[in-house]
Amino acid sequence: MKFGIVTFPGSNCDYDAYHAVTEILGEEATYLWHKDHDLRGADVIILPGGFSYGDYLRAGAIARFSPIMQEVAAHAKAGGPVLCICNGFQIACEAGLLPGALLRNSHLQFVSAEVRIRVENADTMFTNLYERGEVLRIPVAHGDGRFVAKPDVLDQLEGEGRVIFKYADASGNLSADANPNGSERNIAGIISEGGNVLGLMPHPERACSPLLGSSDGVRLLESILARVAA
Amino acid sequence: MAKFRIAVHITPRKGLLDPQGNAVRDALRTLGFKSVKDVHVGRYIIIETDAYDAIAAEETVTDMCRKLLANPVTEDFDIESAVHA
Repeated sequence: MKFGIVTFPGSNCDYDAYHAVTEILGEEATYLWHKDHDLRGADVIILPGGFSYGDYLRAGAIARFSPIMQEVAAHAKAGGPVLCICNGFQIACEAGLLPGALLRNSHLQFVSAEVRIRVENADTMFTNLYERGEVLRIPVAHGDGRFVAKPDVLDQLEGEGRVIFKYADASGNLSADANPNGSERNIAGIISEGGNVLGLMPHPERACSPLLGSSDGVRLLESILARVAA
Repeated sequence: MAKFRIAVHITPRKGLLDPQGNAVRDALRTLGFKSVKDVHVGRYIIIETDAYDAIAAEETVTDMCRKLLANPVTEDFDIESAVHA
């Protein structure tokens, strides 16, 4: 299976994603430059973390106009998997691939830490190797990670099982203390209506080896493999 | 065609948590401005554009706000009257 990792000016987690896909997962990966007009046969697209276009105007606001994003949107519309991590999540929201928006952390500080997230839905192409309710250790690193949406949109996301991860404590309890950025309802990750676009602020690609402190992110990538290959 | 200048104000949507505004409000109170009630921090954008007339220029900039300058989920915008640049 081939992964396409988009590099925007200011992306800085594209190498992490490449490493996770090629070295940990053992699959093929290719970088896609933001000016490219084709996905080079990639089956899965990763929008990586970073600060595309310097976060000018709003995080992700400019990146969505990159030529490659037209192709990514078409891929998503056709049901192709798109994994949107951190800045990728911000870009996906700006591009309308996912609902809601990501605003400045409520405490105004950049947060770089290992957090715990609870798996809310294990029946997706990104989470089928996890158990529902399982608590994962995954790092976050962002200044604009506070997920917001209108209450009716939040209700809809929860009602349709589209909230995939929530910030929780080690026992899986949701609390304000476990929420690193003030996200509404502790939401850390959501999925598109079609179930093929996942956006999350935590970095699963940085939790792929015991050397890095956690391997809890590996099964997210393996889940895609299991589902798409099936 | 003539050249117009239009100023755009983008503000956080009312009712949404505005931590930046709150931080500035608290700093003002610390400075002694005890009467300050509320502060919101937004963006001020100046656009120069060619248009047939002021109304057309304002319509174009409103479209720009809807499509890029403001986030429809979290922000409100206001445009000032177009002036000849």
